[in-house]
Amino acid sequence: MEKTLEKILGEYRKNEGNLISILQDIEDSFGYLPEDAVNWFSARLDIPASRFYGVATFYSQFHFKPRGKNIITACCGTACHVKGSERLINGIRKELDLSEGDDTTKDKEFTLEKVNCIGACSIAPVIIINKKVNGKVSADKLLKELRSLKDIKGEGK
Amino acid sequence: MKANNTTIRVCMGTGGIAAGGAEVLNAFKKELNLAGIKANVEKNCSMHKVGCRGLCAKDVLVDVIINDEKTTYQFIKSDMVPRIIKEHIIGKTPVIDWVVGEDYHTFHEKQFKVVLSDCGTIDPEDIGAYIGVKGYEAAKKVLTSLKPEEVVETIKASGLRGRGGAGFPTGVKWEIAMKQDSKQKYLICNADEGDPGAFMDRSVIEGNPHAVIEGMIIGAYAIGADKGYVYIRAEYPLAVERLKKALSDARKNNFLGKKILGTKLNFDIKVKLGAGAFVCGEETALIASIEGQRGMPRAKPPFPVYHGLWGKPTVINNVETLANVPCIIRNGARWFASFGTEKSKGTKVFALTGKIKNSGLIEVPMGIPLREIIYDIGGGTESGKALKAVQTGGPSGGCIPADMLDTPVDFESLAKVGSIVGSGGMVVLDETNCMVNIAKYFLEFTQAESCGKCVPCRIGTKRLLEILGRITKGKGEKGDIELLEKLSRDIKAASLCGLGQTAPNPVLSTIKYFRHEYEAHLQGKCPAAVCKELLTYYVLEQFCKGCGACLRACPAGAITGEKKKPHFIDSEICIKCGACFDACKFKAVAKE
Amino acid sequence: MLKLTIDGKTTEVPEGTTVLEAARMLNIQIPTLCHHPKLTPFGGCRMCIVEVKGVPRPLTSCTTPVSEGMEVTTSSPEIEDLRRTVLELILSDHPNDCMICEKAGDCTLQELAYFYGIKENRFAGERRVYEKRDGNPFIERDMEKCILCGRCVKVCDEVQGVEAIDFTYRGFKSKICPPFEKDLKCEFCGQCVAVCPTGALTGRMWALRGRQKDIKEVDTTCAYCGTGCNITLHVRANEVIRVTSKEDKWNEGWLCVKGRFGYTFINSPDRLTKPMIRIAPKLSANSYQLTANLFKEVSWDEALDYTAQRLKEIKGKHGPDAIAGLSSARCTTEENYLFQKFVRAGLGTNNIDHCARL
Repeated sequence: MEKTLEKILGEYRKNEGNLISILQDIEDSFGYLPEDAVNWFSARLDIPASRFYGVATFYSQFHFKPRGKNIITACCGTACHVKGSERLINGIRKELDLSEGDDTTKDKEFTLEKVNCIGACSIAPVIIINKKVNGKVSADKLLKELRSLKDIKGEGK
Repeated sequence: MKANNTTIRVCMGTGGIAAGGAEVLNAFKKELNLAGIKANVEKNCSMHKVGCRGLCAKDVLVDVIINDEKTTYQFIKSDMVPRIIKEHIIGKTPVIDWVVGEDYHTFHEKQFKVVLSDCGTIDPEDIGAYIGVKGYEAAKKVLTSLKPEEVVETIKASGLRGRGGAGFPTGVKWEIAMKQDSKQKYLICNADEGDPGAFMDRSVIEGNPHAVIEGMIIGAYAIGADKGYVYIRAEYPLAVERLKKALSDARKNNFLGKKILGTKLNFDIKVKLGAGAFVCGEETALIASIEGQRGMPRAKPPFPVYHGLWGKPTVINNVETLANVPCIIRNGARWFASFGTEKSKGTKVFALTGKIKNSGLIEVPMGIPLREIIYDIGGGTESGKALKAVQTGGPSGGCIPADMLDTPVDFESLAKVGSIVGSGGMVVLDETNCMVNIAKYFLEFTQAESCGKCVPCRIGTKRLLEILGRITKGKGEKGDIELLEKLSRDIKAASLCGLGQTAPNPVLSTIKYFRHEYEAHLQGKCPAAVCKELLTYYVLEQFCKGCGACLRACPAGAITGEKKKPHFIDSEICIKCGACFDACKFKAVAKE
Repeated sequence: MLKLTIDGKTTEVPEGTTVLEAARMLNIQIPTLCHHPKLTPFGGCRMCIVEVKGVPRPLTSCTTPVSEGMEVTTSSPEIEDLRRTVLELILSDHPNDCMICEKAGDCTLQELAYFYGIKENRFAGERRVYEKRDGNPFIERDMEKCILCGRCVKVCDEVQGVEAIDFTYRGFKSKICPPFEKDLKCEFCGQCVAVCPTGALTGRMWALRGRQKDIKEVDTTCAYCGTGCNITLHVRANEVIRVTSKEDKWNEGWLCVKGRFGYTFINSPDRLTKPMIRIAPKLSANSYQLTANLFKEVSWDEALDYTAQRLKEIKGKHGPDAIAGLSSARCTTEENYLFQKFVRAGLGTNNIDHCARL
């Protein structure tokens, strides 16, 4: 971890970064913000940890818990909403057996998150699965994708 | 066949890529290679990755241009490529079945493209392509032959107003910044396009990033800034990538950096990625975010143009505003001012989405009647169902009802009917959309995006949402509509920043034009059959074939029935998930 | 100087003055919650909104700088109506448990609710609920009562320079807390407690010890160090139950953890109240016989006579340099001056030092 953090610190100094860019780099490297990483930067840069925590909780890009291997992002923009994104999301939650308030499956295989609008409204509703944008998604299509991802996991075992 | 007389253009915006644009492009490359027996075909074709051409709903769009004759194909998948190559490129006969229809052309006819003129025709990743269409000539002209005052005068004379929402005259903003006595000034391009249902800025940066950079160079020269920032959403990875490439190419060509084009101007641009907060589209919150803080707005005055980033004079312009600038310099203020209305000059880019046939990105002269956008360009509703309203301006905007479609689309006229131009989202709603639900949707959004600094927005929007929530659940009380109106007005008056000051607009405008829908909800009915708690699902016996699809789909075990006989939904058990409605192939499940 | 009119009264103020400050100079009252005169303006609570002629929407007087010729109205039916809505919204997300709140009677929010006569709440709805309690020893943090005015965040940053807390999350979920929502770990100066306008931050040892109305206030000087901060002891039934500091005195109301929370020794039964003289000799260098009858309680005269006599003896036998004086940072400058004078001129030695130098 230390090595990665040193590298992020180097980038920060070279590019005149700010607190947000540090957090973005930590998030990119670890998939979330480990508390130790935040405290490490707080000590090295003499910026209070409270500031890091305040900024990190403000922006929806940051997470404090490790996330799943597969990230499913549901677009909740207006166009997606009027074309039924809510029903798709409920379908995903059911398929992944996510209980109320949970975004990540217990086996840490899947994380479901919502994004405000990715601006691909013409092909609404949109679901991003592991960074691949899927347009005009139907419930059937989506379940097939999810199940094939689950199968990959099954084969891996 | 002469050299380079065959061009294939594959639409590769976010929409195009999602529809399989990359696969189509690769298929062309591969198939042309395979057809290598006719080796000169491959050599003679040049393939461009082009940005958005607007009509993303028909992606993947592919242009095949042979000897200046262009044929556009729609809904192309990679497995369709061999036939196009065989019949069209080799056989010289276009594949008629896949060619775009009449609506593709009407979609473009009523439009007038200034900002988008080169989007979708040039390769956004090639600076040479932009230079080839007179790119950077405006910057050269400004830097070598105009004084900053003259640039400001030109922009003022053009009547250009900010395209980000508020519509403040760009020239006036530049003039104030120019007159500030400060060694350090900043120019920020606001590409934090957070409105749900809006993707103008994304498309412009994906399709023609150099136009924005050129606009920034001109702006920096006019106001005397040597540092610029583009604050862009991290949710737009493709736009970020193309912008970074464009910046690096511009630096290599000395359009950015020290002593630009041999003049005294030093100016460079940094990309700052947003971290997922809608409120950062607000100027003072955006500045806080660039400074690495929580994106909480502060009270204005003082305005950023006096006291902005790190306390220095700062101009913040929207992407589309800046992309207009090179066109104005090239063609003159009078040319630009010849489009639009008296107070709203030029064109405006809109993201036309929702229940519309031709959804996509459009650019129209200001003042065009809404009807022409919806029917001539948009082709009417997708399903042919009756249009109910058009929502403009996103979460800060309002709904314009179907009987007011003759409203001209410009800053003043939309404000008069209780909506706004905003950043340019235009969402079409048909009779199957519930207006209370739409208002609730936007409130859910603004409530989640409120920064929490001021009371009216932090708690007020929460209360609005709670009241809307109980109305959509059939638990509304008498007086709730009036309470919504009262609270909405107070939130608008007392909130700190633009987010809170406009957040109640969707509520007020839906009450204004669709009060009867609110009243129906108070009586336990959702006229559009959207609000779950107010619905009952039932089987239309005359259509039911007894196939059992609904029965299998029902997660609650609410459906019973024998094979080949009409089924029955027990509304006591039904959880109103709609699975049966989706599962039925015979439209035998109805809701009301 | 800039000229402006507030509620018909004309005055001149220096450039940079805010409308709120100008109004207060004219003795015009504008209600505020998030404003604190010694902290940078915030503009969050919206209670201080006023009408400015020529500006279409109300402005917060705490953030708006005066400009030449400004015409301000601080109260109108519209403005009062908006303030009422804002107040009702705040109270709709507040426990409203004044009858058991430590702050009752001394609470700005309660005061405003009283003046605006808010009984019913049109906007009643979900409230923030926090199960976790902060386990720190000094500061009771009841975040359900927090109105997010940000005074505590700012005082911790701008005055104390500690930044132990910050705003976290956003919107309705906003919350002020230490990093990672752990227990507060700071200097516990309690500056945040002093500026909190509600019962969100109070002294842990204040709890259930007495209401403001039953208290006798005694102004005095903190005896912990030579800084000499003004403190006010809140005394109930001859017991100090709370310490505050007045803002208009030279230390501006700021205290440290000792001054603010270190007062329980006053009523300790172990506290010495009379001079004592040792009557049994030391056993060895490192061990003392710890029994009560080692010391004898004496009068001040007796104690001082004994001390003078011993000093004279030592000086006579071993010379003045056999004596050294060590003074205390808990004495005032004047006392320290007198002490060194006594040691140098009275005892005749330069062996004088001070604990603050060590």
